[in-house]
Amino acid sequence: MKIGVYVCECGSNIASTVDVEDIVERAKDFPNVEVSRVYKYMCSDPGQELIKKDIEEKGLDKVVVAACSPRMHEPTFRAVLEDKGLNPYVLEIVNIREQVSWVHDNKEEGTEKAAALLKAAVLRTALMEPLEKKKVGVNHKALVIGGGIAGIQAALDLADMGFKTTLVEKTSSIGGKMAQMDKTFPTLDCSQCILSPKMVDVSRHPNIELLTLSEIVEVDGYVGNFKVKIKKNPRYVIEEKCTMCDDCVPVCPVIKHDDYNQGFAPQKAIYISYPQAVPASYVIDPDYCLGIDPLICAKCRDVCGPEAIDFDMQPEIIEDVFGAVVIATGYETYPIENIGEYGYGTIPDVISGLDFERIISSGGPTGGKILRPSDGTVPKTVVFIHCAGSRDPSKHLPYCSKVCCMYSTKHALQYKHVVHDGTAINFYIDIRTAGKDYEEFYQRAAEEDHVVYIRGKVSEVFQDGDKLLIKGADTLTGETVELHADLVVLATGLIPSKGTLEMASMFNVSIGMNGFIREAHPKLKPVDTAIAGVFAAGTVTGPKDIPETVSNASGAASRAAGILSQDELEIEGTVATVDESLCRGCGMCVEACPYSAIELIAVNKYGHTMQVASVNEALCKGCGSCAAACLNSAINQLGYTDSQILALIGALGEN
Amino acid sequence: MSFEYLKFGKEEKDFIEKIEEISGQNVYSCYQCGKCSAGCAFSGSMDKTVNQLIHLIQLGQKRKVLDSNTQWVCASCLTCSVRCPREIDVAALMEAVREYQFREEPEKIVISKIPKEAYDKLPNIALVSNFRKKTG
Repeated sequence: MKIGVYVCECGSNIASTVDVEDIVERAKDFPNVEVSRVYKYMCSDPGQELIKKDIEEKGLDKVVVAACSPRMHEPTFRAVLEDKGLNPYVLEIVNIREQVSWVHDNKEEGTEKAAALLKAAVLRTALMEPLEKKKVGVNHKALVIGGGIAGIQAALDLADMGFKTTLVEKTSSIGGKMAQMDKTFPTLDCSQCILSPKMVDVSRHPNIELLTLSEIVEVDGYVGNFKVKIKKNPRYVIEEKCTMCDDCVPVCPVIKHDDYNQGFAPQKAIYISYPQAVPASYVIDPDYCLGIDPLICAKCRDVCGPEAIDFDMQPEIIEDVFGAVVIATGYETYPIENIGEYGYGTIPDVISGLDFERIISSGGPTGGKILRPSDGTVPKTVVFIHCAGSRDPSKHLPYCSKVCCMYSTKHALQYKHVVHDGTAINFYIDIRTAGKDYEEFYQRAAEEDHVVYIRGKVSEVFQDGDKLLIKGADTLTGETVELHADLVVLATGLIPSKGTLEMASMFNVSIGMNGFIREAHPKLKPVDTAIAGVFAAGTVTGPKDIPETVSNASGAASRAAGILSQDELEIEGTVATVDESLCRGCGMCVEACPYSAIELIAVNKYGHTMQVASVNEALCKGCGSCAAACLNSAINQLGYTDSQILALIGALGEN
Repeated sequence: MSFEYLKFGKEEKDFIEKIEEISGQNVYSCYQCGKCSAGCAFSGSMDKTVNQLIHLIQLGQKRKVLDSNTQWVCASCLTCSVRCPREIDVAALMEAVREYQFREEPEKIVISKIPKEAYDKLPNIALVSNFRKKTG
């Protein structure tokens, strides 16, 4: 056996803390080492050529590279081996950068550690065996979960690329939070006007199957083959028959809060969220409707000319297989009633940002007039409190919600456009306008519309007669200030939606410290998740504005298309394998597997039917949990077998 | 510390508009970066920094602005005006505050009645503003 050892200097990244010449010399005496070399940048073309030449000329059959993390260049060096006819799995990477040079400052200690790791790797490599890459078939259908702007964009992009796409939305209409907004910064485009054409495109697209009032109830399978159960709740109105004539609404005796209008308007139990809703059909809310038992009330059914109302509709379970999944389940606003000192929920004229969007919307409960909730008068002084929940790690959210500076500025500007002689005051910590034309928008609000900005956080809001007394600070003058206002709007922070958390747990996608889905890489794989074939679009990975959400969704769609466009996918050879003669069917590995890749199957052994573990190689991520859990050493992790690991530990133990 | 009560009524708006009219500047343009104060040779002698004074004008706090010594320490060297990233002629704003004050109290300084020995102690800029108080 001939092993080649290649040590990388990585410029001075490694060489400054590890004596590379020294470890190269020492490696020459390790067992089976045929050649040992150092090079400045092993990942460069000349570096790779060095290895290729040695494989050819010296007839190497295994290679050890001591360089950076295998996350960086394992694929590079595997390709080098493949190029020269070697199996890509007889390569070992020793991470002497992240795990040695970057974490040590003593060169002597660094060199000793690097040499020990290198020796252990050489001993393990001697036991390595060629592995085979497996292939799995790919289903060409896409699943997009969540019908907000992110889901709409991802579904449209996938459908336009020719993939059959199922878009699943929990509520009765797609559109999401963007449909609730009045105007969008920084252009002041009407939100509905730019959103509704896309919603209509979804409803008309031949490649999109739209499932509203639906939720994901079960997920199984793996990249290329996700088996998903979707529960479609009854609408009680037949979409194809409903003509949107509105005859049913006046006769309905039930009045409830209108969620689309943030509870500021009444709504009947049969309703359509808003005129542009897609699908264009009324819906009955079974929690409020009396007529789900038609003996009590069937007034709407009686007046419905096209006979669109069907009280007998039942929930349906739809089962389908998808090649790739895009999670676009979005955000919710922070429950600002948690900030007791601001009085949301107890003082009627303290409202949230989303409440203000509905109040200022011409399609909203006041028809676009700005009226305060308590007495319906026009507020003459409005205070906007930034960071309501955000940037408060001690009690609320540690992070910046990114969009609030801009939407509060937009609210203040919109208010001034309606109430010209009114005063709009923003209390802020910092103004963050990182986006195209955002700074100009902020300057315009101040310069042209005389929006006042006071740097300081409001401490408390009190009801004082029919006004609100605000106590705050002006950190620029160093004074504490107080003033009376008629309306307070809280720039509510963003949190991951309940649906986002549910989907993360169903798809085994990891979530970060703040509860949002964690990207596979925060910079270089921003729409991938840790699970192959599952992608994240929009605010599921963190607060985003609309342009960023849309481009993020298009990114997720194109990454998903990368999978959907293939007929079969290669999966890693480093999977778990069961020695059936040793397995006693205890099931410990089934419990230990975080990816549900192992199940017990019945086999005929020695004339008896016995249970043994069986690994689904497409699901196995090669983590090794099962191999560690198996009491009988019946499961081995290919590429990291027990004998290899013991050789490695043995070598390190010598030091 | 007592709370400063902020009002945004007619009196405050009139003050802001008058300062804008005299100076020809939009006081709301200022985003409080502080570059004017940082570059001012006399910041150390001012009881309010230049950007604080502009902020008080934005809030219509007339009394605080007029009671400050900032506008009187200003020598109109124009460093602030040249360096302002928002293109505000800050020196013109300072001059507007001085003129506002003289217009409010026209007889505060009558040049002919200033004793000769006081000339050496009087900021030159006060004389200039005083001459200009009836110009527009």
